[in-house]
Amino acid sequence: MLPKFIVKFFTKAGRYFILLRRAFTRPQSWRVFGRLYMREIDDLGFNSMGIVTFLSFFVGAVVALQMALNLDGSAIIPKYYTAYATRETVVLEFSPTIIAIILCGKIGSFVASSIGTMRVTEQIEALDVMGVNSANYLLLPKIAAMLSFMPILIMTSIVTAIFGGWVAAITSGTCTSAEFIYGLRMPFDTFYVTYAMIKSEVFAFVLVTIPAYFGYYINGGALDVGKASTNAVVCSSTIIIILNYVLTQTLLG
Amino acid sequence: MLQAINICKSFDGKQVLKDISSTFDAGKTNLIIGQSGAGKTVFLKSLTGLITPDAGDILYGGMSYNAMSEDEKNNLRHEIGMVFQGGALFDSMDVEENVMFPLMMFSSMSRSEMRDRVDWALRRVNLPDVQRKTPAELSGGMKKRVAIARGIIMNPKYLFCDEPNSGLDPKTSIVIDQLISEITHEYGMTTIINTHDMNSVMEIGEKIIFLKGGRKAWEGTSAEILEAQNTDIVDFVYSSPILKALKESKLRK
Repeated sequence: MLPKFIVKFFTKAGRYFILLRRAFTRPQSWRVFGRLYMREIDDLGFNSMGIVTFLSFFVGAVVALQMALNLDGSAIIPKYYTAYATRETVVLEFSPTIIAIILCGKIGSFVASSIGTMRVTEQIEALDVMGVNSANYLLLPKIAAMLSFMPILIMTSIVTAIFGGWVAAITSGTCTSAEFIYGLRMPFDTFYVTYAMIKSEVFAFVLVTIPAYFGYYINGGALDVGKASTNAVVCSSTIIIILNYVLTQTLLG
Repeated sequence: MLQAINICKSFDGKQVLKDISSTFDAGKTNLIIGQSGAGKTVFLKSLTGLITPDAGDILYGGMSYNAMSEDEKNNLRHEIGMVFQGGALFDSMDVEENVMFPLMMFSSMSRSEMRDRVDWALRRVNLPDVQRKTPAELSGGMKKRVAIARGIIMNPKYLFCDEPNSGLDPKTSIVIDQLISEITHEYGMTTIINTHDMNSVMEIGEKIIFLKGGRKAWEGTSAEILEAQNTDIVDFVYSSPILKALKESKLRK
């Protein structure tokens, strides 16, 4: 006999893929799908723009200051390398990965709790009894919205973080504006942007579908909605961290 | 007409429904009664197709559910209306959108045609002028009425109500009972109501099935229930002090 935790893991993984299979079918009504898609773009995308911009600006500033601190005193590394290092860090790691993990907290808990509340108040059963494919109705617009809006969020984050770095570098006197811009314009492998976008799409998928799974299969009441929301954030963050390693090894290794 | 044939259902080895058979006539209010935990909700959800029985079959207008293809099952669902215990209205939609939802999903009506139909349904449940309200702004009785309006919007052949009176004051309960009864007779629907409210039983019960411990313990009409000799049904009916007093006064006379 297999150990219980292995059976439990494969049972949960199986239910997750069954849910996805039900979600990835043709919408039963395109006009309803269109409305839901636009609503999810607003709920999951536009509503995340504020926190993404705010965090990116300050993290970009901190990255630039720490780069400057590390390079300080070096006789051979020019100051404009602060901008270069900031750019590379932001594009490769901070924006696609750290922002995705931050969004796990915001979007993940929202998705898990909203679907979970629908489950405990019998709204999902109401969909099922009408003949609506509830998995498709609830998940597909969220997945489509997140996949289409995540690149916009990540590009915004990259631009804002670099801007934050520039502001920090100038105000702290680490380097001049001209030096920072020179550093930014140093040779750049454009594949890094492709890499960042691939990561952002994979993470967008994870940060919607994992919390949706936790919400969809809730059993119980309000307390269980809270538990599912917490578990969804922990689980999706963990998966993103693991996938980050796998994608980095695969695409850049 | 709807027929349940030898329905059995177990959860985690515990048998909840034990070989239940019954016929529910069209144009009548059929009631499933019994104490909490008797299996009423599981039986009702089995009849709606939300729970798949382990054994037995359900005939909708003579057609076997087990023999239906997926398409036939989906078409059947459009002929089913259901009123859930808490209403199960969609929080993210206002009253009009809630009632309109099945039409949006499954009809090719224009927006104005759908609005007319929603107005008709809301008038039918005596709730005009609440279109723009959200479920959170409605009282318990109003939520049930909106749920009934959503249940009848597609002109269903079958209407299922899971404890439609729970959480309502006696006066509102009677109004809801009367409404369901009127709609049933007006549109010739097969209505099946799950309740443990003896007032409902006496008020609108045309055919009554009494469940105890997952078995059908008694079947009859509201006229027969007061004269029934079955000890289980006698215990259940006369657990109500009002009916007990009524019986005693009848015996004294």
